[in-house]
Amino acid sequence: MSVDLSLDFFSLFGLPRRFRLDEEALGRAWHTLQNEAHPDRHAHLPDSRGAMQGALRVNEAYAALKKPATRAQYLLELGGVSVDAIDGNTVAPEYLFEQLEWYEALEEARAAKDIGALERLAARLQTQAGSVIEQMAEQIDDFRDLEKAADTVRRLKFLDKLRLGIDSALAALDN
Amino acid sequence: MGYSNKVLDHYENPRNAGSFAQDEEGVATGMVGAPACGDVMKLQIKVGKDGVIEDARFKTYGCGSAIASSSLVTEWVKGKTLDEALTIKNAQIAEELALPPVKIHCSVLAEDAIRAAVDDYRKKHGEAK
Repeated sequence: MSVDLSLDFFSLFGLPRRFRLDEEALGRAWHTLQNEAHPDRHAHLPDSRGAMQGALRVNEAYAALKKPATRAQYLLELGGVSVDAIDGNTVAPEYLFEQLEWYEALEEARAAKDIGALERLAARLQTQAGSVIEQMAEQIDDFRDLEKAADTVRRLKFLDKLRLGIDSALAALDN
Repeated sequence: MGYSNKVLDHYENPRNAGSFAQDEEGVATGMVGAPACGDVMKLQIKVGKDGVIEDARFKTYGCGSAIASSSLVTEWVKGKTLDEALTIKNAQIAEELALPPVKIHCSVLAEDAIRAAVDDYRKKHGEAK
């Protein structure tokens, strides 16, 4: 079976097009499709190139749907709302201060080589990301308010970026 | 990705990094952020009695180009009146730092930060236009 490249990522896995996602179902559907689309199974066929494209598409779709931020961003794109538009977007002042506080707390903990503080920061971030994800589910699935959800996606992407910063600070202290 | 030498210079030797106390006489703060990448830029100006910007500070969390753009504008606004400071355009910043097209938004952010700081000063001093 070859992968239908015209399908959106949700249809590809036979999943409903929504933010709240059955992650186990996604994992199962991915494994199934990956097996079917694996290029080795098609190497003897004339269209092995098409099979390669199919396998790439399946992995791209899985990577996009697995993480909440990219899943939300993809849903918004399907709905015609761009998250990455640079013009005409401003960050609301309350988020700016919140972001600055996060950055300063990270900088302070990193400079002090304070593992405990970094771990507390990571825990606080985890909690906040959880509530942002919950908010996103309501905005996208319940209220279909994609414009508002675009702000929420940006907040979540910011928290993801910050998590990378905390992780790399912790990794640096480990060595 | 290759940064230009000027970006690297500002990145490694940032000019006027830091903060003024918020309540210091003549100090105003502009805070802007790039929604797409999560960069945050804080620009503070210190305006003298004659309406000329005496000093400036920045604090930027973001990529090298965002840091360099804000470092550069702290140098450029010094000695300028508020109106003169507002004539600084992102294209000049981008040109001075040789920013590649994907980093132009960093220079836009720096221009926005100047405007935000000037607005804040005018709001505080009742000369809102």
